[in-house]
Amino acid sequence: MNLFEYTRATSLGEAVAAAQKPGAAYLAGGTNLLDLMKGGIAAPAHLVDITRLPGLSAIERLPDGGTRIGALVRNSDLANDPDFAETYPMVAEALLSGASAQLRNAATAGGNLLQRTRCEYFYDPASPCNKRAPGAGCAAIGAATRIHAVQGWSEHCIATNPSDFCVPLAALSAIVEIAGPQGSRTVPLTAFHCLPGAQPERETALGAGELITALVLPPEAAAFARNARYLKVRDRTSYAFAVVSAAAALTLDAGRIVEGRLALGGIALKPWRVAEAEAALAGRRPTPETYAAAARLALAGAEPTGAANAFKVELARRVAARALALAAAGTPARMPALPASPFGLA
Amino acid sequence: MTIPIRLTLNGHSQDIVLDDPRITLLDLLRERLDLTGAKKGCDRGQCGACTVIVDGRRINACLALAASLDGADILTIEGLAEGDALHPVQQAFLNHDGFQCGFCTPGQIMSAVGLIREGQAGTDPERIREGMSGNLCRCGAYAGILEAVREAALAPGRSEDAA
Ligand SMILES: Cc1cc2nc3c(=O)[nH]c(=O)nc-3n(C[C@H](O)[C@H](O)[C@H](O)COP(=O)(O)OP(=O)(O)OC[C@H]3O[C@@H](n4cnc5c(N)ncnc54)[C@H](O)[C@@H]3O)c2cc1C
Ligand code: SF4
Ligand code: FES
Ligand code: FES
Repeated sequence: MNLFEYTRATSLGEAVAAAQKPGAAYLAGGTNLLDLMKGGIAAPAHLVDITRLPGLSAIERLPDGGTRIGALVRNSDLANDPDFAETYPMVAEALLSGASAQLRNAATAGGNLLQRTRCEYFYDPASPCNKRAPGAGCAAIGAATRIHAVQGWSEHCIATNPSDFCVPLAALSAIVEIAGPQGSRTVPLTAFHCLPGAQPERETALGAGELITALVLPPEAAAFARNARYLKVRDRTSYAFAVVSAAAALTLDAGRIVEGRLALGGIALKPWRVAEAEAALAGRRPTPETYAAAARLALAGAEPTGAANAFKVELARRVAARALALAAAGTPARMPALPASPFGLA
Repeated sequence: MTIPIRLTLNGHSQDIVLDDPRITLLDLLRERLDLTGAKKGCDRGQCGACTVIVDGRRINACLALAASLDGADILTIEGLAEGDALHPVQQAFLNHDGFQCGFCTPGQIMSAVGLIREGQAGTDPERIREGMSGNLCRCGAYAGILEAVREAALAPGRSEDAA
């Protein structure tokens, strides 16, 4: 790990000012940043510890019916908050399907949004990687790419975003609240993560020194409480990143879908939400044919990067269709023993 | 750059001056405070051998910066027994052979103490397995670990104590 200067910020203004120094990074739970620093992948010259900032640790119901999640709310506290889990069950299920209990106790909402890709070549300092060193090339292309993208990739980078939390948040049109040297602004989560294009080193909409202060779920997100699921296919049933995942939510009336939401994880460098797929749900009967049609649209244009991840296109279609079927069957009364797992389902 | 911090360590307040900001909680415990119960398996958050309880929550000590923990209340395996009286989770691990080589055991026990406090798993084997999945055991003592955690979850009294 590189040597760095450590600052414990006690106010938002102090944090943002400290982060203006070149090479500064914010430290929240540290579960991703310290791991990357130990691997020599991240080497910030200054660490600005934001864990003591006041006012960023609350889960608040807003007067308009929305919910504001402070950036420092721990993943476990959010998932286990009874009111939050009842209102946004697929967000709680996604959180509880990620990492381990110890990591969820440390990881923050803001840090989860900003966790870096799990591309093996990104994690290996000896491999060329355009994300780490722009212009160096991409070691993943043509190599072992089981976890790599089938949507939205470019010839410069084929990595995926590993966050489970972000998938249902994207489906529910969450909004990211940001504070920076120029004041505060908001960005929709679906526009927060960048696709790689020609600049894979640019990962999010955050500018230098900007700080996430909160995530806001808009009022209409609460309408899906009774029919919402997260489904995550992974190599182990627990404590493993998604190979493919899907968040699905429906509102139903008189045997028809009123509105459907669908986002996929593990297939692109951002949570993958397709308007046409959701439009294909509205007004239809909740049947396997409806789900399959929406899933096909969600994967429209999908292309594997090689033989090793070709299976993910069909797998993603099936996971999307199954998540929709599970959502239609109803949110379970209690969090499943194995959150988001295809095993142990009725 | 030195960073002064104060910790409550197994019930005792302690002032510590960190001479390097990179020191993790795990390295502080093992290398500077002679508390070698928490183990360094992977040092990267993947194995759970370093699990300790900070402010009532189980975390991986290898991914926590000591400098960030000023004021924290830390419970390690060394602080669990009361004199010669083992904590119910420790006793349950003995009763059920919840280990073989013992390397993962301090982390398993601290994780089980945290799991029981969290109160989400009860005695349901599947929920306990899921809740303990952050602790790997290369000896494969999982069957005994599961039985130990179930027994401790049923034990009256001390699971909500000591911290
Ligand atoms: C073994 C292991 C398994 C895991 N498995 C999963 C999994 O299955 N699913 C999953 O989704 N995740 C998984 N994770 C990742 C985990 O969810 C993240 O490490 C965690 O959410 C990061 O949060 P943090 O608060 O610890 O962030 P930190 O490590 O503190 O920060 C991460 C990044 O965000 C920046 N940052 C943090 N907070 C802010 C803020 N408020 N504003 C601006 N910048 C900020 C930091 O500078 C840093 O760049 C796993 C991690 C490990 C180690
Ligand atoms: S896929 Fe992206 S992150 Fe992985 S090596 Fe290539 S450029 Fe780097
Ligand atoms: S040593 Fe901390 S998780 Fe392995
Ligand atoms: S007892 Fe040997 S690793 Fe668990």
